[in-house]
Amino acid sequence: METKVYQKNNTLSLFKLFSASLKDIYASRFLSRQLAERDIKAQYRQSYLGLFWAFFTPLATALVWIVLNNSGTVRLTDTGMPYPLFAFSGTLIWSIVTESIKSPMQSTNSARGILTKINFPKEALIVSGIYKLLFNTFIKLLLLLVFVLFYGVGLSWTLLLVPVAVIGAVIVGTTIGLFITPIGLLYSDINKIISFGLQFLMYATPVVYALPKEDGLLKTLMTYNPLTPIILTTRDFVVGTVSNYGYQFLIVIACCVPLLLIGLAIYRLSIPIIVERLSA
Amino acid sequence: MNPEQNIHTDNEVLVKVEGLSKKFCKDLKTSLWYGVKDLMTGIGGSTNERELRPKEFWAVKDINFELRRGECLGLIGHNGAGKSTLLKILNGLINPDAGKVTIKGRVGALIELGAGFNPILSGRENIYNNGAILGFTRQGIDQKLEEIIDFAELEEFIDMPVQHYSSGMKVRLGFAVAAQMEPDVLIIDEVLAVGDLGFVLKCFKTIDRILPNTAIIFVSHNMPMVSRICTQIMLMDKGISKFNGSDISSAIDLYYTRFSNNNSNVIFDSGQLSIIEVKIINNLIEQKEISDIYWKEDLILAFKIKSLGLKEIPIFKITIFDKELRPVALLEPNEKEDNLKIEDSIINFTVLHEKTQLSKGVYSVNLSVESIKGTPLYRINNILAFQVYHNVDVWQPFLLQSNFSNNIKK
Repeated sequence: METKVYQKNNTLSLFKLFSASLKDIYASRFLSRQLAERDIKAQYRQSYLGLFWAFFTPLATALVWIVLNNSGTVRLTDTGMPYPLFAFSGTLIWSIVTESIKSPMQSTNSARGILTKINFPKEALIVSGIYKLLFNTFIKLLLLLVFVLFYGVGLSWTLLLVPVAVIGAVIVGTTIGLFITPIGLLYSDINKIISFGLQFLMYATPVVYALPKEDGLLKTLMTYNPLTPIILTTRDFVVGTVSNYGYQFLIVIACCVPLLLIGLAIYRLSIPIIVERLSA
Repeated sequence: MNPEQNIHTDNEVLVKVEGLSKKFCKDLKTSLWYGVKDLMTGIGGSTNERELRPKEFWAVKDINFELRRGECLGLIGHNGAGKSTLLKILNGLINPDAGKVTIKGRVGALIELGAGFNPILSGRENIYNNGAILGFTRQGIDQKLEEIIDFAELEEFIDMPVQHYSSGMKVRLGFAVAAQMEPDVLIIDEVLAVGDLGFVLKCFKTIDRILPNTAIIFVSHNMPMVSRICTQIMLMDKGISKFNGSDISSAIDLYYTRFSNNNSNVIFDSGQLSIIEVKIINNLIEQKEISDIYWKEDLILAFKIKSLGLKEIPIFKITIFDKELRPVALLEPNEKEDNLKIEDSIINFTVLHEKTQLSKGVYSVNLSVESIKGTPLYRINNILAFQVYHNVDVWQPFLLQSNFSNNIKK
């Protein structure tokens, strides 16, 4: 029979936390799917526009920039592809990243009510968040495919690699999100700061304009921004261009995988502390 | 349940709690800041003893108990005594600050019914949501689906969105799912208080079914319920265990004395009479706030009432309430033949009830006075309280004298 011991944890074994976390992720696979299914169903059952909202924000942002560019209000360097395609692909991929950053906190926050009452594998919340993310992402990618065909760029074999890039983007986003979540659950300020900060971060990432050619603050920022290779590589795979950021992409992912595990361990460790503060 | 299972698992300790303590903070901002600090030390794995920091208090302090399969621990105490905190620790939702909990086997918790319900989705879909959170597999729910719907008595409405359910229906559906758990340790918090009588009966049936195979920890304010199912009781007060043992009746007595409320209140007064004195005159120990009588002793109530313009003797209705404030008995009202008299505007009379067979416990008395025609004149609640002593403790309000015999005779 399984024995559980609850006591003040004096010794901390990161490895034990990882393995417990991974074990729970596996054990709760039905729960995470069920939670994702529940939220997606409920979301679409109560709305007529449904899927439209999944890509409304990125499309709106892209449209603004397309208008700015076409009207000559803002002069942008050549992007090597029809600008609308550049803008749409940029904002859609960017929205995947930002959603994955916000996802762990959102999922956990919306489960506050049951977190303080029922003991279940909390990792299921993270995983269900990822499921929802992948669902939305899938729709966005279909839309992106339509754009690619519409602008006559043609289909490239690299499209097959898009899922890999997207999973990379989700891993990076989730890792960042996991690190923010514990504090974010305690203070609502964090959520505000993140939403606000991400708006600025978008302009330090080649989302609606290309990487500047000449050196400067923006170029330095963009080069060292870990999200740059994610956006560029994913866009490359979609459109079939080459921007030589694949190497950096791999480095970023390789760094994120261990960080993701640490994030999961911290998450696991922090939930009881947070639950106590939520319900005290 | 399979009785053979019991044979080798009978006496194992399923829940062991040693020196358990938990502190909480009184101030939200400070609490959040301590949370951040705890996160940091948690991640760093600090080993220092956790002392009380400013604005903190012990919500649970130094609790010890053991629970075996087939036993049921009743946790009682007034609001804020630390019962729910203790449950949360046992359920693994929060970590203790000191001490240790060891739990063997599957833990089920009836703390919130219908967790994970989404109001827009149908009852059927929500069975899966709730079931998933309680740890069932999809196949498990598929198998039990019909049984759950049956148990909840919701066949007709199962495909309706849960937001259109009444609260009772939601609770029934939640309980129906939870009842499918087969836990080794079951934690129950006051959920049974809601729902209609049929539901409560069903809950009890379920608990009775799983009790022999389970160690139950049961939080309730309903003492008859506690004495019905619990084999041990812990009375908590301000986080401390004031009583812990299997003497259920003493624990419940202790619980009630914490609530002994001697304030009588007049509900209705027509101005035609006032009460000068009421007492129990056969009490053994004089000068005590609560009068005591022994089981099967005569109960004699003495009244001294001043008439403020009564034309005739009114009807006196005396109701006896138990400690849960449920009316348990009415003493036969006075009749004309009793020939009560008003002398100098004073009515002096006694009421005799022979051989009181109320069971052990504290009772309170309400008096209502009506005219012969039935117009209310005066009503007072909790005019006095008395305690029935007996060595046998039962949760039913009456312990009626009886003789058993092999001979069929009167």
